[in-house]
Amino acid sequence: MTLLANLTRAEVEDFLILEAALLNEWRLEEWRALFTEECRYLVPNTNGDPYAPPESSLYLIADDGHHLTERVKRLGKKTAHAEYPHSRTRRLVSNVRILERAADSLKVESSFVTYRASQGVTDTYFGRHEHCIVEVAGALRILEKRTILDMETLRPQGRLSIIV
Amino acid sequence: MQHHQGAHADAAIRIDEARGRFSVSRAAYTDPALHAAELEEIFARCWLFVGHDSELPKANDFLTRTIAGRPVVFLRDKAGAVRCLLNICPHRGAQVTRQKRGSAKLFSCIYHGWAFENTGKAISIAQAETYHPDFNAAGANDMVPVPRFESYRGLWFLNFDANAVSLADYLGNAREYVDIVMDQAEARMQVVGEVQEYSARANWKMLAENSTDILHVETLHPTYLDLIRTNSEGTIVRGRVQGKSIDLGNGHAVVERVASYGRPIARWIPLWGEEAKAEIDAIFARLVKSYGEERAKRMAYNARNLLIFPNLVINDIMSVTLRTFQPSATDYMEISVWAIAPAEEAGKPAMARRLTNFLEFLGPGGFATPDDIEALESCQRAFAASREAPWNDLSKGLGQAPDATDELPQRVFWLAWRDRLMQRKAT
Repeated sequence: MTLLANLTRAEVEDFLILEAALLNEWRLEEWRALFTEECRYLVPNTNGDPYAPPESSLYLIADDGHHLTERVKRLGKKTAHAEYPHSRTRRLVSNVRILERAADSLKVESSFVTYRASQGVTDTYFGRHEHCIVEVAGALRILEKRTILDMETLRPQGRLSIIV
Repeated sequence: MQHHQGAHADAAIRIDEARGRFSVSRAAYTDPALHAAELEEIFARCWLFVGHDSELPKANDFLTRTIAGRPVVFLRDKAGAVRCLLNICPHRGAQVTRQKRGSAKLFSCIYHGWAFENTGKAISIAQAETYHPDFNAAGANDMVPVPRFESYRGLWFLNFDANAVSLADYLGNAREYVDIVMDQAEARMQVVGEVQEYSARANWKMLAENSTDILHVETLHPTYLDLIRTNSEGTIVRGRVQGKSIDLGNGHAVVERVASYGRPIARWIPLWGEEAKAEIDAIFARLVKSYGEERAKRMAYNARNLLIFPNLVINDIMSVTLRTFQPSATDYMEISVWAIAPAEEAGKPAMARRLTNFLEFLGPGGFATPDDIEALESCQRAFAASREAPWNDLSKGLGQAPDATDELPQRVFWLAWRDRLMQRKAT
């Protein structure tokens, strides 16, 4: 766990920038590989408590490892019509803070703005990410990513077909 | 004006029985005059879904919503009665509350401070001594309730037409299908978490069409079908859809068919594990005990897509969802979606399975709904070519042996739409 223990804010930020770059470039299998096998990717509803348990509250996305793998497979197909042709996206990640340092994990908060352009329309998504980062075989891996949207609703975006 | 729009609506539908062809003018999705007529003849006269009573668990709970463009407060008053008030101050028109949700015995207007009990009764007029002594007599300054507000099985609807038929009569034959959903709960169905709010850059009628359209599943949602094939470990093979679509009258329609996915009530799939199998068996046994084998099988193994005209969808599919959509513009709708579940599932693995099933398909982050939104928006973009390519086709099954994937529910919807715009029905 020496990697985690000595990790600086700038190094964490580099990791989040790498993650955003993989998503911007539609390198989704490589993005999935940044996560642990068993993991969570969560986008709470824009209404209600963003920390309510996904087992008893309606989220927008509440993937476990299996569903995240399947989501990546879906987005790789030409039949994922909402994202084929692929939208053009740009993720800005900023205001990175290490919120908690535990012995075997880091909790990191970042702010984001994501632009998505498709079919003549550009939509903006914004909010914060909360990553729980662990070390697996000497590399940083995401155990949980919770994306908390600041928009009041998904109007007019209408969809979360990308990983914001 | 009304007569002109009626003629317009009549011309929007072309039926050639002899050739089995049913066509809808693409102008019906783009014409501002027809949109205005819809707001008057449909949205100001039909029963419109507001919310479920479980969304207001305690006295004084309130939610603000927009129904057919009007701001309303959906609330449970201090005595426990569910009400719906227009969210506009009787004084100068500000919204009496600007919060999305909350708990309040009183609403106090920010503009000049008029205050109201949550029954709508005006209790404080700023500088009342400077008004005529009778100014606040006989409820003259109370908040205005919606003209009609009635419920069926926990679902609350409003009607802006004071002379409308009762909700029960309006729902008519659709009640049987609301019952078969609500009866799945041992005690009662309730909303899980909060409403999802998204939108589509498309005419509202396309979501009415889409929500009971089974024909598109194979072509539009193959990535969802891939997922459920994986989840069922190959035990679910989607063949020809077995079921039927039914005209329920008043523009309501349903498609009932054998489900091709796991159902929380009550069809097990391997992904859920052996422990869940015993739970699902127990749920099924309870249904048999309460309703008999035949109805229990129908509840557990069939899926139902129900449209209550004009804009409420109750889909009892891989999970149960309520969906409504507001006609904001010819080319934009605001969509609201709820998950409902039996109250007894709270805190149990059954609820987690239900929510997983929901999110696999439904909502703006699902494996299927974003593709529906894409298809609807694609249609709306292409309708710009309507002058040269004017007709949509909804002929499938017309005059043929019935099939679950027929476009019958869509034809039922459009005929009711035409009748309403031509003012053929008094209700």
